[in-house]
Amino acid sequence: MSAAPDLITLNHRRDIRNRWLLSLPALLIILLAATGPLLIVLIYSFLTPGDYGDVKWLFSTDAWVNVLFQRDIFDDTLSLADAHISIFLRSINLSVMTTIATVVFGFPTAWFIATRPARTRELWLFLITIPFWTNILIRTFAMLEVIRNEGLVNMLLIKAGIINAPIQMLFTDGAVLAGMVYVYLPMMVLPVYASLEKLDFRLVEAAYDLYATPFRVLTKVILPIVKPGVVAGSILVFIPSLGAYVSPSILGGGKNLMIGNLIGLQFGQGRNWPLGSALSISLMIVVMIALLAYVRYAGKGANAHG
Amino acid sequence: MKMKLALAVTGLILATTGMAHAAGELNIYNWGNYTSPEMIKKFEEKYSVKVTITDYDSNDTALAKVRQGGTGFDIAMPSQSHLPIWIAEGLIQEVDVGKMENAKNLKKEWANPDFDPGRKYSAPWLLGTVGVVVNTDTYKGPSDSWGILFDPPAELKGKINVVPEMSDVLYAAIKYNGGKLCETDKAILKKARDTLVNAKPNWVAMEYNTIEKMTAGDFSATSDWNGSALRQRLQKPSINYFYPKEGFTYWSDNVVVLKEAKNLENAKLFINFIMEPENAAMMSAFARYANGVEGSDKFMPDDMKNAPELVVPEDKKGIAEFMKLCDPATQDLYTKIWTELQK
Repeated sequence: MSAAPDLITLNHRRDIRNRWLLSLPALLIILLAATGPLLIVLIYSFLTPGDYGDVKWLFSTDAWVNVLFQRDIFDDTLSLADAHISIFLRSINLSVMTTIATVVFGFPTAWFIATRPARTRELWLFLITIPFWTNILIRTFAMLEVIRNEGLVNMLLIKAGIINAPIQMLFTDGAVLAGMVYVYLPMMVLPVYASLEKLDFRLVEAAYDLYATPFRVLTKVILPIVKPGVVAGSILVFIPSLGAYVSPSILGGGKNLMIGNLIGLQFGQGRNWPLGSALSISLMIVVMIALLAYVRYAGKGANAHG
Repeated sequence: MKMKLALAVTGLILATTGMAHAAGELNIYNWGNYTSPEMIKKFEEKYSVKVTITDYDSNDTALAKVRQGGTGFDIAMPSQSHLPIWIAEGLIQEVDVGKMENAKNLKKEWANPDFDPGRKYSAPWLLGTVGVVVNTDTYKGPSDSWGILFDPPAELKGKINVVPEMSDVLYAAIKYNGGKLCETDKAILKKARDTLVNAKPNWVAMEYNTIEKMTAGDFSATSDWNGSALRQRLQKPSINYFYPKEGFTYWSDNVVVLKEAKNLENAKLFINFIMEPENAAMMSAFARYANGVEGSDKFMPDDMKNAPELVVPEDKKGIAEFMKLCDPATQDLYTKIWTELQK
């Protein structure tokens, strides 16, 4: 009688062991390729900067202090590092704006696709993915050609007699935002479409039958159902936007640093690798906070429907 | 003859040690868009060596990469400001450039520079100055001052670019306030910081892509390297280069052989090759910068022979100096000012 359960335990154990063995390559890669470099960055953030780049193997917490506080270069007083903080805030602000704008443009786009007949939907989705075929750098330079002083938009406006002198569009915050939205829009459209596709349109009809206004249908029926898609899209847009490097330098003119540029500066001309490492980890912490917020938010959403 | 014999012997040794595949190669690590393809082709054909070129975009990138080792590069081109680090950190080897056959062709002022006495490690690649470029269609007034960037005339406001080279920009701001290269006097540094912070609202961008943007009219003035200024004027004659009266810097990029070089003999051949006037002229004609080789002028294209961008006027030579790296503590101050400028 007792033999059967033993056999099951044995099989079960073997099963578990096999699973571990089979996932070992993946675990090793994660350990070496993701955790390893991260650990180096963490260690470097507690070392002393070398004279000309690199690090000296002397423990120091200066880098971490310098992330948030700075000793004034002129009167030596310690104060909040408003340079670092305002650069972080600028990046976060840009990411939030980009996320909001991609929702505003992405939701109607996804709605449009989801309401097409099934056989043409794939064509529309296909069109959305076309920009991905081209490198992000080339897409950003294309944007530059369109909005620069002697670019397409200004030339057309001047030819049409609407303006006399070119409008300065390039190297403005608006240009950066437009570039970011253009690049990240598909990241929003696809997950929103995926959740809209599952939407049972009879629910919408039912709501109308019950005399709901179009606004109430949108907020009470459609949005709760597509919320996971919007949240997933927001994460996909928000996180890479935080580290954005290309659009701000090409379309913004590089006058104002983003987090990515600030970190790059420490490893290049600034020659302060520990500070660069500490800033990188700070950026990760910001991303973690955003993800935690997402998990809590998404969890609540699921409960509401469960 | 001696050279040929040496080559033959080297070839033989390499062949017998089973490394023959490496004998016909040379891996160059150089700034982007900076190596004349025609000159490389000539070198390849003359010595039947296959040349591979990899680009970098800054001295710091190059230093960081070479320091990590295992790059496979034989040759690199650090600026003179960074060369002392490469020597101090043992990244490059003494190849006695000064004793090479063509070293006799080097111009006097480049044959024995302070940053590499006796040319033990390096040969000059290309060289030039950093100054101010103005489109005289937009502004015709006097432009021989860093004030063009820091206290601009009304016509130029909002049309100025500053190339984001930290050392160059800090140097300009310090000189504008009466300081010196690698200034540490806090009073002057504070003035320099204020100059920069107050000037920034008048700038439209801080980026490297000046040739295209100046000629397309996105910028009307910029800080820039002289060869870049020359390329702009050739495309648009109203664009002129000015030597700031407060003082300006020379820079030079220098060919060095890495310690880890696998193709040492080819690297030496290459260095000797570029010190030949005709070949140096090919490098200059491509990148539009001057070189340090006597007699290369007569092989240069006509539009470069007396270009004001390349020939520093006699009366300006006294206020020019070599850009160098400041000590780490000063550099740290500069980085802080730089971050504050771009916050």
